[in-house]
Amino acid sequence: MELVCPAGNLPSLKAAVDNGANAVYMGFRDDTNARHFAGLNFDDKRAEEGIRYAHDRSVKVFAAINTYPQPSGWSRWQHAVDHAAELGIDALILADIGVMDYACNRWPELRLHLSVQGSATSAEAIRFYQQNFGIQRVVLPRVLSLKQVRQVAQDSPVPIEVFGFGSLCVMVEGRCLLSSYVTGRSPNTYGACSPADSVSWNETPDGLETRLNNILIDKRAPGESAGYPTLCKGRFHVSGNTYYAIEEPTSLNTLELLPELQSVGVAAIKIEGRQRSPAYVTQVTKVWRAAIDECMQDPDNYSVKLPWLSVLEKVSEGSQTTLGAYHRPWQ
Amino acid sequence: MTHRPKLSLGPILYYWPREQVFSFYQRIADTPVDIVYLGETVCSKRRDMRSDAWLQLADMLQQAGKQVVLSTLTLIEASSELSTLRKICSNDKYSVEANDMAAVQLMSGNREFVTGPAVNIYNSRTLSVLARSGLKRWTLPVELSKQTLASLHKNRPEGVETEVFAFGRLPLAYSARCFTARAHNLPKDDCQFRCLDYADGLMLRTREDESFLVLNGIQTQSAKTQNLVNDINDFIDLEIDVLRISPQSNNTERVIEIFHECLHGNITKSEAETSLQKYMMSGECNGYWHAMPGMVNSCAGNEQECA
Repeated sequence: MELVCPAGNLPSLKAAVDNGANAVYMGFRDDTNARHFAGLNFDDKRAEEGIRYAHDRSVKVFAAINTYPQPSGWSRWQHAVDHAAELGIDALILADIGVMDYACNRWPELRLHLSVQGSATSAEAIRFYQQNFGIQRVVLPRVLSLKQVRQVAQDSPVPIEVFGFGSLCVMVEGRCLLSSYVTGRSPNTYGACSPADSVSWNETPDGLETRLNNILIDKRAPGESAGYPTLCKGRFHVSGNTYYAIEEPTSLNTLELLPELQSVGVAAIKIEGRQRSPAYVTQVTKVWRAAIDECMQDPDNYSVKLPWLSVLEKVSEGSQTTLGAYHRPWQ
Repeated sequence: MTHRPKLSLGPILYYWPREQVFSFYQRIADTPVDIVYLGETVCSKRRDMRSDAWLQLADMLQQAGKQVVLSTLTLIEASSELSTLRKICSNDKYSVEANDMAAVQLMSGNREFVTGPAVNIYNSRTLSVLARSGLKRWTLPVELSKQTLASLHKNRPEGVETEVFAFGRLPLAYSARCFTARAHNLPKDDCQFRCLDYADGLMLRTREDESFLVLNGIQTQSAKTQNLVNDINDFIDLEIDVLRISPQSNNTERVIEIFHECLHGNITKSEAETSLQKYMMSGECNGYWHAMPGMVNSCAGNEQECA
């Protein structure tokens, strides 16, 4: 099982490489990738330096070009593909059919992975991308139970990568428009959910209000910690109750499922968090390296170590973790 | 000659009891709608309507002169869902709307197909690839604007028709989790079919009591109704082939009639807009089409320009 770690910038890339990643994934500084945040991602010089750093240490580098271009922006995506290919990237992580068609015709030797944003949840959907564009790996959306992952892994024409740790999308990726409904920009069109310049924080006598384009996402009583107002992780009224009607602020953590993921034939574990700090990348990579090594050596006697959990809890959203959709009762 | 779009009725997105579904389509048979999409697209646990019941309705509507399209599930997770999908995609009587790439794959190269709004067609190259696979009509993803559609139409593949989601609560997201069951503190596997209690979904309000989203099982919709009746001239200019109206529990027939009358010039856009007001349950929006946030109503405070 390969460990695939996030590289939001050069220090994070080095942190991932130095702490045991088998591959890192990065994006360019525009809306061609799904972490299009201010100050994040790679310009030409940094990309070159990062790829050299990783390759010198036998770590692979993947480029995420995993948003959906519209005709007016098409040339940026085309350029991103060409640029990544010229930089000697090991694989492109793509979501859009048009971009994949371009990439496999222009760079037939280049390895393609289907992004989680491609929203393929079954072997039949995966087969479409494999037959038409020769993809060699698929990243599964975070909506399948363990049993369903097993089924897809069994029937899929290409190896699968699954999310192991990080912030959790409760909606199937690539088909969630909540953010553009409120702000005009979505992960698909713009590469960001609930973009920061639409967020406002207002201190009021009853607590801190967080708003997204003026829609009240949550209100924290004094003393309650306030997270980023991702709109699916707010508190709302439904049938007279006020609660996290869609999802709590929480992180996915599948450490305890590692032996099962290994036995169903998962090829790679992905860590979310290109928007997080190099310190996050260091800690999470270290824990997952240790866990994967232990699991591969002796899966029958594998157990989750408490120090691993305490490290991961500290860097988790809302300081809590969940098995997410892998665990049926969560659904 | 003016290019006048046809009208379609999208699949019922909610869970209605079988009798309600039957009586709904009995009434639809008498409306001037041209195309009717039939089938469960949200949750495979909603089985009050078996596939033979849908086919019975399909036959009835076809005899009434409607063009029938069978719609498929949007989020495919279980193997059983894949087998149902295979059955629908291999039926030899009716055309099929793919709402997921699994359905596209099952029909690629075998037969013509239609795509619904959850299949991501954002650019011309994607449209061309799918046209080569057998796409005969596609629905614009709801978050895209008329400018994007206009650009796509500059390179529209020969013979491919375009459909736009013109009226209804917007389908915005899908999840493994059932939010209706969650609202009742029930696990999805024991949901007790609570969706049956919410014929138009379960309202989610902000803590300022603003109607915001609608929970419909694993689907999340806009609380506001997207209404593009004011944009009918765009549809004609852009040579859109089909306008989709999404079913709601009351007055869907009236909505169809109003769009029909407006398309045929029997009533003006502003008359249509006024008549439709009372059929929108919790506000109106049209932002996406105008390249704004989807929840925005570009006509608010701007009625003259819209009329």
